[in-house]
Amino acid sequence: MTNGHYGPYGGRFVPEALTAALDELDAAFRSAKEDSAFMQELRALERDYTGRPNPLTYAKRFSEHCGGARVYLKREDLNHTGSHKINNVLGQALLTQRMGKKRMIAETGAGQHGVATATAAALFGLECTVYMGLEDTRRQALNVARMKLLGAEVIPVTAGSQTLKDAINEAMRDWVASVDTTHYVLGTVTGPAPFPEMVRYFHSVIGIEAREQILGIEGRLPDAVVACVGGGSNAMGLFSGFMDDEQVILRGYEAGGDGVETGRHSARFSGGTPGVLHGARTYVMQDQWGQTAPSHSISAGMDYPGVGPEHAWLHDTGRASYEPVTDAEAMEAFAILSKTEGIIPAIETAHGLAGAMRIGKELGPDSVVIVNLSGRGDKDVATAARWFGIDLGSTVTNELSPEMREGR
Amino acid sequence: MTRHVSEAFAIAKSENRAALIGYLPAGFPNPELSVKLINAMVTSGVDIIEVGLPYSDPLMDGPVIQQAVDQALAAGTTTDVVLDIVKQVVDAGAIAVVMSYWNPIERYGVERFAAGLEAAGGSGVIAPDLTPEESGDWSVASDAHFVDRILMVAPSSTDARINAIVSVTSGFVYAASTMGVTGARTTVSSGAHDLVTRTRAATSLPIAVGLGVSTGDQAAEIAAYADGVIVGSAFVRRVLDAANDEAAIEAVSKLAQELAAGVRR
Ligand SMILES: Cc1ncc(COP(=O)(O)O)c(C=O)c1O
Repeated sequence: MTNGHYGPYGGRFVPEALTAALDELDAAFRSAKEDSAFMQELRALERDYTGRPNPLTYAKRFSEHCGGARVYLKREDLNHTGSHKINNVLGQALLTQRMGKKRMIAETGAGQHGVATATAAALFGLECTVYMGLEDTRRQALNVARMKLLGAEVIPVTAGSQTLKDAINEAMRDWVASVDTTHYVLGTVTGPAPFPEMVRYFHSVIGIEAREQILGIEGRLPDAVVACVGGGSNAMGLFSGFMDDEQVILRGYEAGGDGVETGRHSARFSGGTPGVLHGARTYVMQDQWGQTAPSHSISAGMDYPGVGPEHAWLHDTGRASYEPVTDAEAMEAFAILSKTEGIIPAIETAHGLAGAMRIGKELGPDSVVIVNLSGRGDKDVATAARWFGIDLGSTVTNELSPEMREGR
Repeated sequence: MTRHVSEAFAIAKSENRAALIGYLPAGFPNPELSVKLINAMVTSGVDIIEVGLPYSDPLMDGPVIQQAVDQALAAGTTTDVVLDIVKQVVDAGAIAVVMSYWNPIERYGVERFAAGLEAAGGSGVIAPDLTPEESGDWSVASDAHFVDRILMVAPSSTDARINAIVSVTSGFVYAASTMGVTGARTTVSSGAHDLVTRTRAATSLPIAVGLGVSTGDQAAEIAAYADGVIVGSAFVRRVLDAANDEAAIEAVSKLAQELAAGVRR
C-alpha cells in the first residue's frame, strides 16, 4: 500500500474541502499508533468496556452442517453493543478526542455501527448524529430506538435508494460543512484514505486474537477463514491476522440477494466493475454510464453497491476470493446456527455462516474453518420472524411455522 | 474552433469586470428544455456555461441540485446526451465546460471523454472530486484534447496545497467560497476573499468564486476581488419553481440579467 492505494484501488476522490481534514486524520492516526499512552487506553477500553478478548467457540453441532469440517466461531457478537463495529468506533472516538473535536457523525445501515458510535459518544461525552436510510430505519427499528436512548440524533435519509449508500452521501455533506468541529466515524473499510487502512487497523485485533486462539486449540493454522463482506470491515479484521499465512484460504461472502442472475443483489465482485464511489476506486455496482446501480439484500448491512478497496485488490491478486450468498441461503444458515448452537446471528453474519457451510463441504472432514460471527441477531428478529412466518401478534410461541419448528 | 474560457476572461477583463459563470445540469428538466434554458442564459449575459453531468451520488450538492439531477437522470440523460447538449449550446454560441463527478468520466473512458468533449466544442472540465494526486491519466487526456482542467481550492486548503492544485490547473481556478455543499446562501462567506488572495499569490490564472452565490448584489461584491462569479443552485431553483417551460426560460433569463448587471457594477 502506498498513499492509500491498493494497486489501482483506494486513493482519495473527495472535494478539496475535505483534504485538510483527511490529512489531519491521517497524521493523528499515525502518531496515535506510535503513542504507547494512546494504545494502552485503547487496549484498556477493549478489555474493560468491549469485553475482549472474546472467545473462539467450537461449533460442534453446526459443524455437522458443514461437511464435517471443524468450524470455529469468532465471537464478535459478544462484544458490548453486539457486533465487531465497536472495535473501530472506540479507536476513532479516541482519535476524535485527540484532534480536539466535539462531535461525531456516522452513517449506518444495519444500525450496528450507529449504535456503536452513539455508545462511544455517550461514553466520551461527545455529540452524535447518525444518518440512516429511511428504508433501513424501518427494517432495523430496534437499533434506531437504541441510538436515541443513547442520546444520539438519528436523521432518516430520504434521498435516492434510502439505504446505506445514501446515508454515506448525507454524512459526507454534513462533514464538508462541519469539519472544524466534527469527526466523521466511517463504519467500514471503504471511503477515502486513510479510512480503509485505519478501520482495518482498529479491527485487526479480531485476526490477532483468532490466530492465537486457533493455534492454542488446534495446534495449527486453519485451512480457511471466512466472513461476510458488506463494506468489508469484519472480514478485513479477521483476514489481516492470516494475510501472511499463504496456505490459509481467505474467503468473503457478499449478498447475492434474490440471486446474482436476477440483478437484485449486492454482489460487487460478481456483478460490479471497477469505478469510484464514496471517495475510493473499488468494485462498484454501476451501469454503463457510471451511475450507481441499485443494490439489494435482505440484510441492511450488506446492502451497499461498493466494497473496501483492499478487498478489490485482494480479489484481483487472488489472495482472497469472494462468492455471493443469496437471501435464502443466508436465512437457512441463520436458522441452522440458531437451532444447533443456541446463537442467533445477525443476518449480515448469516451470509458468512452460509459460506462456512459451503467451504466446509469443499474442504471436507478434518479441515478447520474459522468464521467471523460478526454480530448478534436481536436487531433482526422482526425480519427473521417475517421470513419464517412467525406471527409476532400471538406472542406465545406454539404458533411457530413448520419451517421454524424444524429449523429449515 | 472551440472557444476557450480564457477568451471569456480576457473579454471580461478588457471590460473591467468579472466573468459570469452559470451552471445548469444537462437534461434538466429534460434534454430539450435544458438546451433552451442554457441558450437563454447565454443571450442574457452568462459568459461561461457549466453544463452539469447528472450523477446518481452527488455528494457535494445540496438538495436543490440533487432534485434537478434526479429529474435529468429520469429523463434519460446519459453521458452521450450530455456531450450532445454541449455541442448544441456551443453551436448556439456558448463557451461551455462540463461539471462532472469523476466516476461517469472514468467509466466512459478518460481518453474517450476528452476526445468527445473536444469534438463537441467543450472547453474544459470541472471534476469536484478529482484531486491532483489522482489526475495523472486525466492530465494526459485533457492536454491531448485541449480541454482545460479546472480544479477547486477551498478555505481549508493550505498554501502548499493551493500550490499543488494550481500547478495542474488550466483555464481558471474554482475557489469554493465556503465549507459546505452547493446551495444558495444569504451571505457569501468572508473566507472567500481571503482564499482568492492566497490563490492569487500562487497563480496568474483567473480565479472564480462559487458556492452560495444567488443575487446581483452578491455577484457585485465578489466581482470586486475575483475574476469570475459562479452561480448554480439559484438558476436551478428558478426552473424548479416555474409553472411551465416559458416561465422557466423567463425566470432564468431574468436572473442572468440581474447577475450580469452585478458583475458590471
Ligand atoms: C453484524 C454485522 N456484520 C457485518 C456487517 C457488514 O459490514 P462489514 O462488511 O464492514 O463488516 C454489519 C454492518 O452493518 C454488521 O452489523
